[in-house]
Amino acid sequence: MFTQYIFHFLSIMALFSAVMVLASKKPIHSVLFLTLAFFAIAGHYVLLNAQFLAVVHVIVYAGAIMVLFLFTVMLLNLNKDERSPKPMWVNFIAFVAGGMLMLTLIGIFRGYDIKAAHDPMISQIGLVKNLGKILYHDYLIPFELSSVLFLTAMVGAVLLGKKEQI
Amino acid sequence: MNTLSSIPIHYYLIFCSLLFSIGVIGVLIKRNALVILMSIELMINSINLLLAAFSAYNNDPSGQIFVFFIMVVAAAEVAIGLAIVVLIYRTTHSIDINVLNKLKW
Repeated sequence: MFTQYIFHFLSIMALFSAVMVLASKKPIHSVLFLTLAFFAIAGHYVLLNAQFLAVVHVIVYAGAIMVLFLFTVMLLNLNKDERSPKPMWVNFIAFVAGGMLMLTLIGIFRGYDIKAAHDPMISQIGLVKNLGKILYHDYLIPFELSSVLFLTAMVGAVLLGKKEQI
Repeated sequence: MNTLSSIPIHYYLIFCSLLFSIGVIGVLIKRNALVILMSIELMINSINLLLAAFSAYNNDPSGQIFVFFIMVVAAAEVAIGLAIVVLIYRTTHSIDINVLNKLKW
């Protein structure tokens, strides 16, 4: 029962923050609400007993990505309103399309109720020890390739951010 | 405290559907390139959470490894995306995606 209260609290917090990301006028408020949503999702990971993912999520999203967004917003001096808001009918059509997608997804998943085979609070698969063994045994090649991806992304970001013409 | 009996899996399905739809609406209605990137982050997070939920409920650790790799790719994507946003701002002095219509016609 206590778990369910925490689940509902975290869900409402995440959804409210996600709506406020879109509703706030200034980009810096959007970034801060997005941080709140990320912390709520980290709480969801803890609730699923996926502790490794919770820690990685906080470090990567609330740490690295949010700092990148904040630096971009502050360095570019974007803290002002959008210059040209879209016409009203475009927003209306966008809301209708998104609402249709939401209704379709909920309609698909409403009747879907599998009996879960295992209790996530009891199973220990989300702990660092188990995931580390699997990551370095079965998924070693993708793990090493992801470091090459990071190197490529770093070189690309530096090349794109250079002042002089390429 | 028994999660199996208190939180069914379709709670996670509906919650992640709502979060994904909010991200889609954000991509459609916003003109600021930064906020569009943030909406994409919201969508990625909803998918990650759903994958982790199914992994935990089926006792299969591979799903959580996939979530880890998705986070890796998302971090690289945000770094490149923000570099492109900075480049757009430097050339057009705006990050309104409405000015990026040179290839439209």
